[in-house]
Amino acid sequence: MFKFALRRILVSIPVLIGITLILFVMLNVVPGDPIALMMKEHASPDVIERVRAQMHLDDPLVNRYLRFLWGAVQGDLGNSIKLNRPVTDLILKAFPNTLMLAVCAALMSWIIGIPAGILSAVRRDSLLDRFFMGFSLLGVSVPIFWSALLLQYVFAMKLKLLPVSGFYGWQYMVLPAITLGWSSAGVIARLTRSSLLEVMRLDYIRTARAKGLRETRVITRHALKNALIPVVTIMAIQVASLLSGAVITEAIFSIPGVGRITVNAISSRDMPLLQGAVLFGTVLVILGNLVADILYSVLDPRISAQLRKEP
Amino acid sequence: MTTQTPDLAVPPDAIQEASFLRDTLHAFRGNHLAMVGLVFVAILVFCAVFAPWVSPHDPYRVALDEQLLPASSTYWLGTDNFGRDVLTRILYGARVSLVVGIFPSLISLAIGTVLGILSGYLGGRTDFVVMRLADMMIAFPSLLLAMVVMYTLGANLLNIFLALALVGWASVARVVRSQTLALREKEFIEAARANGASRTRIMFSHIFPNVVPTLIVLFSLSIPDAIMWESSLSFLGVGVQPPEASWGLLVAKGKEYMFQAPAVAIAPGIAILLTVLAFNFIGDGLRDALDPSMKD
Repeated sequence: MFKFALRRILVSIPVLIGITLILFVMLNVVPGDPIALMMKEHASPDVIERVRAQMHLDDPLVNRYLRFLWGAVQGDLGNSIKLNRPVTDLILKAFPNTLMLAVCAALMSWIIGIPAGILSAVRRDSLLDRFFMGFSLLGVSVPIFWSALLLQYVFAMKLKLLPVSGFYGWQYMVLPAITLGWSSAGVIARLTRSSLLEVMRLDYIRTARAKGLRETRVITRHALKNALIPVVTIMAIQVASLLSGAVITEAIFSIPGVGRITVNAISSRDMPLLQGAVLFGTVLVILGNLVADILYSVLDPRISAQLRKEP
Repeated sequence: MTTQTPDLAVPPDAIQEASFLRDTLHAFRGNHLAMVGLVFVAILVFCAVFAPWVSPHDPYRVALDEQLLPASSTYWLGTDNFGRDVLTRILYGARVSLVVGIFPSLISLAIGTVLGILSGYLGGRTDFVVMRLADMMIAFPSLLLAMVVMYTLGANLLNIFLALALVGWASVARVVRSQTLALREKEFIEAARANGASRTRIMFSHIFPNVVPTLIVLFSLSIPDAIMWESSLSFLGVGVQPPEASWGLLVAKGKEYMFQAPAVAIAPGIAILLTVLAFNFIGDGLRDALDPSMKD
């Protein structure tokens, strides 16, 4: 297990370095002068010259990349051009809000998705199954920005039950968490259903039934243990993708999180801030995948056994 | 070395192929949801292609005395803040969504297929490089990657194509590679090799046709994804720019007037939802028809 985890971590490092390279090249080959583009006509040539020197924009690209990489390893992502503050500080200040949103959304998707998936599998092809599967298909097909608007319209504007947007307390989290959690709940429900159906076909379930166990016991004690393995691993990936995918939800509900920083960085053409925010989101996703893989090998001993056999 | 082919009126391959196609079509036709999706998409394509004739008004005509009108017999879904007909704007938006759904998916499918087959069949260094590149692209959160591309290249339709193609090729390459790895060991490939077929010929005349069913499924399922990405980018302001009509942009502009005229933002959202659902139905139907083992 430990060996597997170590190997998996080592494999992630070159991927991460490759990503920093791709990101750096994409953001630094922008046609035109990034400083002039950002400051438009307001800045005088000598101010532009000073900022360029400050950001080492006249150095060769290779030197700039190595400086960026070395800084990133030490947690220094440069300074935001617009806000003139360290990018790391801005991201770390916004991150708790994004984390809270992602955790609320994830909890909601598990609380709804897993029972819905189990009920659908147990009552396969029933009306209930169709309802839940329809609901989850709707969840993955509905554009997040649109369901957010609809929820705001109904629950905040018309019924006045919850605040429209902003971030001043738990009640501000409800609508964003539903918005973001619905599509994940759909994914979880579908996966739980298909995984449970697959397990229910296996011999050991037939044995359990043949022993005369009650169906509830067969499902809760025997089938679910195996059926939930892929679901649990997806959860880790999901939390990470929720963290980096909260861009739209944060923009609509005016939540001061990392996603909103990203959108603002684009509109104000603040390259160091955008670079830092995207790198941060990507690292989270890689970590999520890493945790998922390791969790998988812990939960399912067949995976690590298989790897041990490989040269 | 000579090869002998038995002189049959109908080669056995053809019989098998014809029945595979027939079975697939039969299974697809039996799927009601998939057929509903197909009919919806057909109507949408018709409306998009013939938008100038089908739509009741001019999509760009500004009429400031007719702002935010409610639905009426003249304006079926009302008008927006510039007095433009919402239904007409949605019909023109369908053009963007369909084009964005289909073309970037084709590009990423082409790139992913070629790289996946090369990677799986040649193995070694090629495989290593292609797969590590794919790992990186997959680790990148898609929306962020697309946003970075739009930031660098500028927000317009062509760059959306590029961004989506860049996001999509890696997962295609992974699937195609794993299929190629399995096919490589099959007897008919060994036979082709023994016949002296070149590597290129084996890869593209023998392996490729066997990957096509999977590619069809991947294609149909990547269309709704691409439509969703485009509308999200346009909603965030880094996609299609005004005065062009894109569904995501229509929702973004309409949200300012949710109180006075909710239909301006809600109607294009319904268009996205129905289109994505329709393509998902078709994709699921095709997957079930082409590979029944993947059902559930």
